[in-house]
Amino acid sequence: MNDNRYTTLNLGPTHPATHGIFQNVLTMDGERIIDTEQTIGYIHRAFEKIAERRPYYQITTLTDRMNYCSSPINNIGWQMAVEKLLGVTPTKRIDYMRIILMELARITDHLICNSVLGVDSGALTGFVYVFQEREKVYEIYELLCGARLTTNVGRIGGFERDFTPEVIKKIYDFLDHLPKVLRQFEKLLLRNRIFMDRTIHVGAISAERAMNYGFSGPNLRAAGVDYDVRVTSPYSSYDDFDFTIPVGSQGDTYDRFCVRQEEVWQSIKLIRNALDNLPEGKYFIDVPEFYLPPKEDVYDKMEALIWHFKIVMGEIGAPVGEIYHSVEAANGELGFYLVSDGGRTPYRLHFRRPCFIYYQALPEMIRGGVLSDAILTMSSMNVIAGELDG
Amino acid sequence: MDMDNSFITGKLKTRFTESILSIEENSDMLTIVVAREVIHEVIRFLKENETLGFTFLTTLCGIHYPDQELQLGVIYHLHHFSDNTRIRVKTFLPLENPVIATVTDLFSAANWMERETYDFYGIIFKGHPNLKRILNVEYLDYFPMRKEYPLEDPTREDKDDRFFGR
Repeated sequence: MNDNRYTTLNLGPTHPATHGIFQNVLTMDGERIIDTEQTIGYIHRAFEKIAERRPYYQITTLTDRMNYCSSPINNIGWQMAVEKLLGVTPTKRIDYMRIILMELARITDHLICNSVLGVDSGALTGFVYVFQEREKVYEIYELLCGARLTTNVGRIGGFERDFTPEVIKKIYDFLDHLPKVLRQFEKLLLRNRIFMDRTIHVGAISAERAMNYGFSGPNLRAAGVDYDVRVTSPYSSYDDFDFTIPVGSQGDTYDRFCVRQEEVWQSIKLIRNALDNLPEGKYFIDVPEFYLPPKEDVYDKMEALIWHFKIVMGEIGAPVGEIYHSVEAANGELGFYLVSDGGRTPYRLHFRRPCFIYYQALPEMIRGGVLSDAILTMSSMNVIAGELDG
Repeated sequence: MDMDNSFITGKLKTRFTESILSIEENSDMLTIVVAREVIHEVIRFLKENETLGFTFLTTLCGIHYPDQELQLGVIYHLHHFSDNTRIRVKTFLPLENPVIATVTDLFSAANWMERETYDFYGIIFKGHPNLKRILNVEYLDYFPMRKEYPLEDPTREDKDDRFFGR
């Protein structure tokens, strides 16, 4: 707006409070926000295009880099999408292992979002508490797959290796310790007068508008819509478990905080349940065309060597088909729309990236508010630049 | 309420007759292909008809089939929450005149989805409030997801890579 009364303020692209590289050009009247224009795409890496050249198993590494705060959900979501195209069903053990990993990832993602929300409102302490716990999850990832952030965990058809007793012990230790820290964290923020004043009625959106904007995940549930892919279209045996879906009422920053916080508690319950009842069985299923054979077999079995070679060289075509598969990622419905023409790579792969869809509602949510509230709103929406830009 | 495919297709067929070009039920969800002239009406009907009520736009994306007469496609995934029914709506348009009506007036979510589709496929959404590139740089003069722009072949040998240490 070219009006002398208003100030134009560039929030970003590299301001630390913007949580990544994206820009908001704010039109301000003093401290009030009149309007904003978002610029995104600074870390766009053309994953959808790259995926059209890559054999299926190599696309897992692309999904890592979308929501890098909870990569296992992306990895496993993609693997399940391919399994759906192939028409194979994993064993119960795989399902439960996947649930454990995905819920661990959800915990880290929510912890980051909520603790950083605290930081943005001036409470640094809680952040330090929960980041120690996040570190423990990363150690679990490290034991499982060797990587911490971009995990590339799991394979099409299961896992590359089983949970070792060490991993299981580490997860139990984590589950035993986390509630204590989480309670300390909640003590700091949940009923904190300053935090409540800063977040209640800030950046609110109604259920109807949220639906219209394609919100999903904790942001939609905070607005009062009880939609969770884990419940409506259960995948990976989520229907074996008993857990609650927390729902907010105002759709404001505080509700989003509370919904995430409660989801962490539910995830703890889910992981413990899955781990206690971890079924016996194989950690991979028989899809030789896509699941890399164990390395020992490659050295001394002819058939394994052939499959290994064919998979690595990307010589194997997938069946012709068209599927949409979605999982409940940490910040919403992560969808994979996959069109296969029978070739070695997808013909078209579209990621439904929840961030990309709900971030466009930001102007409507911060209009009329003050700048410091806009930072909190953005922070509580959990916008991850990698996922936003794809 | 319990909707099955025949109920939805019946409703659509009565309302749109021959504008519904094909109906496919073999894939993971009901897929209908419609003529591009009626796409806005179809989406509105699916959303606002009191017996249907697909009030959630899950995705909107483009696709390119260079071998078809109508090369470009737009694919909509709609979701009915309380019934947990999904539907896929497709429409195809020619490369020379890739114009289609926007659905931003029905779904605010479509704003960026349509901008993304425009950005990568050059599909023009008529009536869109702010149709410009979103992820790519503004001065890009082609639409990169179209199939005529292949990614570099990793096995090519005609390139001199000495300076890049590969």
